[in-house]
Amino acid sequence: MLDKVIFFFFAGVAILSAALMVTRRNAIHSAIFLITTLLATAGIFLQLRAEFIFIAQIILYVGGIMVLFVFVIMLVNLDVALHQLKFSRQKWVALLVTLALAAEVGVMLWSSRGVPGQGFLLPSAVPAGQLPANTEALAGRLFDAYLLPFEIASVLLLVAMVGAVVMAKKRT
Amino acid sequence: MMPIGYYLFLSMALFLIGAIGVITRRNVIVVLMSIELILNAVNINLVAFSRMFGDVAGQVFALFIIADAAAEAAVGLGIIIAFFRNRETVMEDEMDLLKW
Repeated sequence: MLDKVIFFFFAGVAILSAALMVTRRNAIHSAIFLITTLLATAGIFLQLRAEFIFIAQIILYVGGIMVLFVFVIMLVNLDVALHQLKFSRQKWVALLVTLALAAEVGVMLWSSRGVPGQGFLLPSAVPAGQLPANTEALAGRLFDAYLLPFEIASVLLLVAMVGAVVMAKKRT
Repeated sequence: MMPIGYYLFLSMALFLIGAIGVITRRNVIVVLMSIELILNAVNINLVAFSRMFGDVAGQVFALFIIADAAAEAAVGLGIIIAFFRNRETVMEDEMDLLKW
């Protein structure tokens, strides 16, 4: 019961502020609503007993990536943008296509609701009390089976860092 | 744990809102933020299935997706700053240098 209340609270906050994010004219307001969405998603992760992802989401997404976004918005802030067209001209076509996608995925999810393991039914979720310590299990898996992807991710971050510095540097 | 369908519907809703943002908004920074929203929706799916099967592999991949999102944001914002320096705009339909 408490699980359900927590889930619907965070899900409602996430969807509402996501909808507000794509409709606000000011980019700073969009960034604030995206931060709200990310925090609500972090709550969903906690409700799923994924404590490490929960804290990584808050530190990395909200504390790192979104601060970067806010900095760039302040760097390229244009007052003229506030008086211009908010959506592009193909917005009705785009909305139609997205609604078609929504109908497709929704029908697929709804029609598989009776199938165990695919729809709404669970095969056998482990009870929350019997889960192993989350961070320990995650670290064990990350540095054992997924060590190579982990190292590749670090190389990717290094390349992205160099690329961002080169791209944003002033040409002299 | 609640049935997995709730998480799938939440993830679908966030993904579609992000897709609407990517397709319809003109401001490139908001488009990048919508892409972050899409990546986040995928993370919900991964963590929910990881909880459902009692296997932390899904959370490992969610971590990789967070790292990818950081890399993508850094490079994308670098491109936006470089472009803004040249053309004084962040509107995507004014980015028509390749248009003949």
